[in-house]
Amino acid sequence: MKSFLILEDGTVFEGSHIGAQKEVVSEIVFNTSMAGYLEVLTDPSYAGQAVCMTYPLIGNYGICLEDMESRRPWPDGFIVRELSRIPSNFRCDISIQQFLEEHGVPGIAGIDTRALTRILREKGTMNGMITTDVNYDLETIIPQLKAYTTGKVVERVSCDEKYTFAATGSLSDDGAGLRVAVLDLGMKRNIAKSLAARGCEVTVYPAQTSAAEILSDRPDGIMLSNGPGDPKECTTIIEEIRKLYESDTPVFAICLGHQLMALATGADTFKMKYGHRGGNHPVKDLATGRVYISSQNHGYVVDMDKLDPKVATPAFINVNDGTNEGLSYTGKNIFTVQFHPEACPGPQDSGFLFDRFIEMIKEGQNHA
Amino acid sequence: MPKNPNVKRVLVIGSGPIVIGQAAEFDYAGTQACRSLKEEGMEVILVNSNPATIMTDGDIADKVYIEPLTAKVLEQIIIKEKPDSLLPNMGGQAGLNLGMELDESGFLSAHGVTLLGTTAKTIRKAEDRLEFKETMEKIGEPCAPSLVVENIEDGVEFARKIGYPVVLRPAYTLGGSGGGIAHNQVELEEILANGLRLSRVGQVLVERCIAGWKEIEYEVMRDGAGNCITVCNMENIDPVGVHTGDSIVVAPSQTLGDKEYQMLRSSALNIINELEITGGCNVQFALHPESFEYCVIEVNPRVSRSSALASKATGYPIAKVAAKIALGYTLDEIKNAITGKTYASFEPTLDYCVVKIPRLPFDKFITAKRTLTTQMKATGEVMSIANNFEGALMKAIRSLEQHVDCLRSYDFSALSPEELVERMKIVDDQRIYIIAEAIRKGVDYDTIHEITMVDHWFIDKIAILTEMEAALEKGPLTVELLKEAKRIEFPDNVIARLTGKTEDEIKNMRYENGITAAFKMVDTCAAEFAASTPYYYSVFGSETEVVETHPKKKVLVLGSGPIRIGQGIEFDYCSVHATWAFSREGYETIIINNNPETVSTDFDIADKLYFEPLTPEDVENIVNVEKPDGAVVQFGGQTAIKLTESLMKMGVPILGTKAEDVDAAEDRELFDRILEETQIPRAAGGTVYTAEEAKEVANRLGYPVLVRPSYVLGGQGMQIALSDTEIEEFMAVINRYEQDHPILVDKYLQGKELEVDAVCDGTDILIPGIMEHIERTGVHSGDSISVYPAPTVSGKVKETIAEYSRRLAKALHVIGLINIQFIAMGEEVYVIEVNPRSSRTVPYISKVTGIPIVDLATEVIIGKKIRDLGYEPGLQPTADYFAVKMPVFSFEKIRGAEISLGPEMKSTGECLGIARTFNEALYKAFLGAGINLPRHKQMIITVKDADKGEAIGVARRFEKLGYIIYATRSTAAALNEAGVKARKVNKISQESPTVMDLILGHKIDLVIDTPTQGRDKNRDGFLIRRTSIETGVNCITAMDTAVALVTSLENAESQRELTLVDIASIARRGSKGND
Repeated sequence: MKSFLILEDGTVFEGSHIGAQKEVVSEIVFNTSMAGYLEVLTDPSYAGQAVCMTYPLIGNYGICLEDMESRRPWPDGFIVRELSRIPSNFRCDISIQQFLEEHGVPGIAGIDTRALTRILREKGTMNGMITTDVNYDLETIIPQLKAYTTGKVVERVSCDEKYTFAATGSLSDDGAGLRVAVLDLGMKRNIAKSLAARGCEVTVYPAQTSAAEILSDRPDGIMLSNGPGDPKECTTIIEEIRKLYESDTPVFAICLGHQLMALATGADTFKMKYGHRGGNHPVKDLATGRVYISSQNHGYVVDMDKLDPKVATPAFINVNDGTNEGLSYTGKNIFTVQFHPEACPGPQDSGFLFDRFIEMIKEGQNHA
Repeated sequence: MPKNPNVKRVLVIGSGPIVIGQAAEFDYAGTQACRSLKEEGMEVILVNSNPATIMTDGDIADKVYIEPLTAKVLEQIIIKEKPDSLLPNMGGQAGLNLGMELDESGFLSAHGVTLLGTTAKTIRKAEDRLEFKETMEKIGEPCAPSLVVENIEDGVEFARKIGYPVVLRPAYTLGGSGGGIAHNQVELEEILANGLRLSRVGQVLVERCIAGWKEIEYEVMRDGAGNCITVCNMENIDPVGVHTGDSIVVAPSQTLGDKEYQMLRSSALNIINELEITGGCNVQFALHPESFEYCVIEVNPRVSRSSALASKATGYPIAKVAAKIALGYTLDEIKNAITGKTYASFEPTLDYCVVKIPRLPFDKFITAKRTLTTQMKATGEVMSIANNFEGALMKAIRSLEQHVDCLRSYDFSALSPEELVERMKIVDDQRIYIIAEAIRKGVDYDTIHEITMVDHWFIDKIAILTEMEAALEKGPLTVELLKEAKRIEFPDNVIARLTGKTEDEIKNMRYENGITAAFKMVDTCAAEFAASTPYYYSVFGSETEVVETHPKKKVLVLGSGPIRIGQGIEFDYCSVHATWAFSREGYETIIINNNPETVSTDFDIADKLYFEPLTPEDVENIVNVEKPDGAVVQFGGQTAIKLTESLMKMGVPILGTKAEDVDAAEDRELFDRILEETQIPRAAGGTVYTAEEAKEVANRLGYPVLVRPSYVLGGQGMQIALSDTEIEEFMAVINRYEQDHPILVDKYLQGKELEVDAVCDGTDILIPGIMEHIERTGVHSGDSISVYPAPTVSGKVKETIAEYSRRLAKALHVIGLINIQFIAMGEEVYVIEVNPRSSRTVPYISKVTGIPIVDLATEVIIGKKIRDLGYEPGLQPTADYFAVKMPVFSFEKIRGAEISLGPEMKSTGECLGIARTFNEALYKAFLGAGINLPRHKQMIITVKDADKGEAIGVARRFEKLGYIIYATRSTAAALNEAGVKARKVNKISQESPTVMDLILGHKIDLVIDTPTQGRDKNRDGFLIRRTSIETGVNCITAMDTAVALVTSLENAESQRELTLVDIASIARRGSKGND
C-alpha cells in the first residue's frame, strides 16, 4: 500500500506503508545508528516524535524482545529505506513488521531517507505526517503540522507506580548494599540494569513523585533518567529536582535529567537545529582531555553561556560542535551528562560513569 | 597533545613488490602517509623496492630509495640519511618486520632513531602467537585454544582435550601446504605426519576449529592519549575458514544486533588499549552464529588491506590519521578532511551498504585448485556501494571484469538439486553462483545454511536476485518491474537478456519513464553534516546530490579496476599522474574506478571521484550527469581501452590517440597494412576463429607458433604451440569465452626481446630509453627480467628500434603514450606488438630516466608539442644508471599452479635494482625479489634436453661458487660428461632417496628445472617445482634467468656494501628536460 510522508515545508515523500494502519502527525527526527533499531524504538525519549533511520537496511536481525529498553515502542512513526524481508538472528522472537503492527506504530518504507535527512539538516527538525490517504490535501495538512507540539510527554512515558529492580551484580559488586533511587522521566531499562549489575538495589519512581517522598526512602544516591520532550515543559518536576539538589544526596543524571537539573539550578536550555541522535558522537572529558564515543539522543541542550560557575561548570563537551555534554556541580556530589552512558543502542565506552557515581556515593559516606 | 617537536626527519618503509596478500593497498597507505607527513613539514625519506608505486615518486617524498628491503640496506640508508624517526606500520607485514628487526638488533637506538607509532613491545605482543594469547587471557578476551606440537602423540592428546574438528597449520610452510582440518584421529594422524615433515622446524599448530562461525572485523584507531574509535566493522559473507581477503565482505555488518555489535566493538577497544597501539589496527573475530561466544582470531597492529577497504567504504582516511597520530596528535585535534566540520575522533556512520569481492587469479592458473582456504589467493578486489545489499552485490560482480554480470554468469543449470547440494560443499569462488542455482531449484534456506554456514539473511538476498531474474524472464516488463530491477542494480544488458529485448530498448524504456541513476555522497556521517568532498556512488530511485560544475574544461579519467595478473598497480600510477597533470593544466578531473586498494580512489586525488563499475552503462550514467569535455582511456589499461567505443557512442571525445588508431594496432589486417607501408618486418602469421583455421595457419607457418587472443593484456591465453594437438587444446581454452575479436597465430621467433615506452605528439616521438629482456622471446614480457639501458644489443639495433618506433607512432597517429615490443635476431629487428597506451614499464622507465612520461603524455594530449616541453625528440641519451626490473611471483599461494614461465604472464609484482653498474643492479634486483642465496650451497638441476648444453655452463659456474649440485639421471650424465661434478638423484617414482626427499630435507637453496616445451605433461617436473615453491626453495624455470642469477651471485661475492641511489634526485634532474 502506498504511504506518504508530508513535511511542514510541503515536501512529500512517497513510499510504501509499514506497521500499523493509522495516520499520525509528529516531529520528524533522524537517528544515525547502524544497529539497534529496537533499542531506538523502545527508548521513551522518542515519545512525540517519528524517527527516521539513516541506515537503509532495517530489521535484518528481527526483534529480540529481551533487548527492549522499555515496555513498548514510543515513536509515533517509523521511517526507513528498507525493511528486511526476513529476520535472521538466533535470538530473534518476531519480525520487525509484526512488532510495529502489534504495538500500533505506523511507518513508511522505501523513501529516500538520505534526502529527508538532508532536508532536516538544512532546515532543522520539522513536523510531519505519515498517511496512506492518497487524496491528501496539503492546504489543510500543513497548518495542522505547524500547530503540532510534542507537549507534556514525560508523564505519558513514566511508570505508574514505584518498583524495585534487584541487584544482579553481574558486572561487579562495587555498589553492593547501596540503594539508588531512579526518577523515571522516560527511563531506558539499561540505566537501572547498569546500576543493578554493579550490585545496587534500585528503586524506580514515577516522574511525578515528590522529592520528599523519594528522600523519605533515604536512598544512598539518586539517578535522574533520560526522557522525551522540551525540558522546560516539566515545570513541577524541575521544582522537585531543585529540592533533590538541596538535599545533599549524591545525584547522577542523564539526558533529560541532566537538563532538568540545569534548569532547576538557574541555567538555561535551548532547542538545537536538528539535535544529536546516533551512536557516534565524540564527547570530551574536560578534566582528563580523554574523548569517548557516545550514544546520544537529544534535541535540547544546556546553554553553556548562561552557566553560573558557582553552581555548575562544564564537565564534558561535544568535540564536533562544542555544545555541552555534561556538568559538574560546584560543592555538590552531583554530576550530569547529556549523552547516554547506558548505551543500548551504541557504544559502551562511557559505562564507567556508573562506577564513578558509585564511587562518589561511597566517598561521600566515608567522609560523613 | 600537540605534534612531537623532536620529529623532523622520518624514514618510511614501503611494502616492496606486489604479492598476493600484500598489494596495492600499501601504496595507497604509504602515499597518504607520506603526503600527510609532508603536510606537517616533515622531511620524508622513503624506501621501497617496488618501482610501480606512486609513493616512490620524487614528489611524494624528499628522498626516495628504490632499494631491496633488507635490514642491511636500511641500515645503510639510516647511516646516510640520519633520520630521527622510523614509521614502520605503513608497509604491511614486510615493513613492520623490518622495523622490528632493526629495533631488536639495537641498531635504531644506537643511531638515535625512534620508532613512530606503535612501539616494538606492542608489535611483539600482537604478533607473537604465545605473547598474544597470554595477553588476551590476561584481559579475558577469548582465543581459540591451540598448541604447537612436534610429534603425533602430543597432537592426538591435545585434540582429544579440545575436541574435533581441529585445524592443523605447519610452521614455516608457504601457501598453507601441509595443513588442513582433521575431523577424527585417523585424519589427524595423517595430516599431522605430513605437516611435520613439510615444516622446516618440524612444528605444527593444532587449533580448535571455528570454521563456520561468523567472521567479523573491526578497524580501530587509537591515539597516544588512549582515545579510541572504531572506523568501521565488516562482516564476511563466507564464514571463518575462508581468508578474509578471499571472502565476499560487507560493511557495515548486516546480521549483528546492537548487542553483538557492541560486544565485539568493546572487545576490540579493550584489546587495542591493552596492547597500547597508537595508530590504526585491525581486529578479527569469530562469532558463534547461535550464541554470544566469540574468539579473537588475530590483530594486525598496522594499516592493512582491510583498513584500505574500511577507508574507502567510510571515507575515513585511516593512513593519514595514523601518520598524524604517529607524530603525537590526538584524535580530537585532527580534522575530518571529508566534512571539514567534524574531527577524526568521530566514528563514521554509513547510510549505504558496501560489498567487496576478491579478484581471484584462476583465469590465469587454470590448472590451480579453485578452493578457498585460510591462505589468501586473491590478487586484488573490487568494492561497490549501493543503498541496498542486492544492488551492491550486483555492482561488485560486474566490476570484476571476469565475464560475469549477474548470478547466472556461471551456468550450473544442468545440475540437479542433489548435485548442487553436493557441489555446495566445495568452498570456492563459484559458491555464490551455486547457492543461487540451488535457490532456483528449490533447495531450502536451512539446507544451504547448514552446508555453507552463510547466514540466512544473505541467502534471502540472493533469493531476491534470483526471483527478479525469474520475474523478468516471465514478464511482462512493466515500468514497476523495471524500476525494481534497477533498484537492485540489474544492468540493462542482463535485463535485456532475460526479457528477450535489446539493451537499447531497455535503456529507452528507462529514459522514457525517468528511471535514471542518481548519485549520493560518501560523507562519513550519513548526511548529518554537510560534506565538501565529492565522493559519489550511484543508486536508482533517489534524488541526486552531485553539485553541477561548469569549469572551463572537464576530463574523465577511467581507472583500471581490480588488480590482476597482467594489469597491476602500474596503471593506477598512470591514472593518478594523468589526473594530477590535467589538474595542473586547469582541468576539472573526474576519476571513475572501483578498486578500494588504490591511490586513484583516494578522496583527494581528483576533483570528483565516482566509485562505480567500469561498464559502458555505469560510465554513461556518470557522463549524463557530468557531461565531460573529453575522456582519457590510455592510462587505465585494458579496462579503460575497452570503453573507448562506448564513450564515443555517448558523444564523449576521446582525448589523445583516436579509437580507430587503437583499433589499427590490434586489428591484424589494418596493422599488417601499416607495417607494409612503413616497411617494418614482423613474424608471419594469420588471424583465425576456429581450431581448424588455427591448425591450417600453423602448418603453413611451421611449428612452433604463438597463439593468442587480440585485445588482451598480460598475454592472457597466450601459448606456444608445438603441434596440432596443442593448438586444439589452446583454442579450446581461449574459446571458453565468446571472443569478440579474432585469435592471432604467429610464427614463433626466438631472439632477444626489447621494449620501448614512448610519447608521441603526432609529429615527434620521445623515447626515454630501450629496455632489454634477459629471457628470450617466449617468456611474457611482464615475467622477464628487464634491463635498461639495453646491455647486449648493438648501436645499430637501437637505432633501428628508435626509427621503427618513430614510424609506427606516426603511422598510428599516436597522441600520447605508445608501447612497442621488438625481437632482435642478430642485427634484424622485428616488431612483436604495438600498444598505443600506457604499459607496465611506464613507471619504471620514468623513474630511472627521470623523464616524467605520463605528465608529458598528458601535456601532449591537451595539444602541447614535445619540443615545447623542453625535450629534443628521439631516443634520449642514456641515463647514468642501470636499472633491472625483476618480476616477483606468488606461486606459493596458489596451490596447483604451474610455475614455469611462458607467454602467459604469471608474476604479480616487480622490484627494481638500480645502480651504476649492470652487475650491481642485477644483484640488487634479485635481492629485492627475496632471492637471497646462499644458505646451504646445495642445488638441484633438472633440465630438458635442449637446455643441457647451456646447463653445463651454468652448473660449472655454480660449482665454482662452491655449490654441491644434484641432478636427475640424464642431466647428471650430461654434466658429469662435461666434467662438472653432479650427484645423481632418483626421480620421484624411483626408490628413495628421491629428488623430492632432497627438497623436503630443507637443505636445498635452488632448483633449476626447465620444463619441456609447450605444455608440461610431466607430473614429475610439476611436482618438483610445486614442492620447491611450497617449501620455500627458489625455483628457476628458464636458462636465461639461471645465467642472470649465477652472474649476480658471482658479483655478490665481491659486493659487500651496496651503493645507494636517490631516485628523487634523478627525477629532479630529469624533469628539467634537455636544456
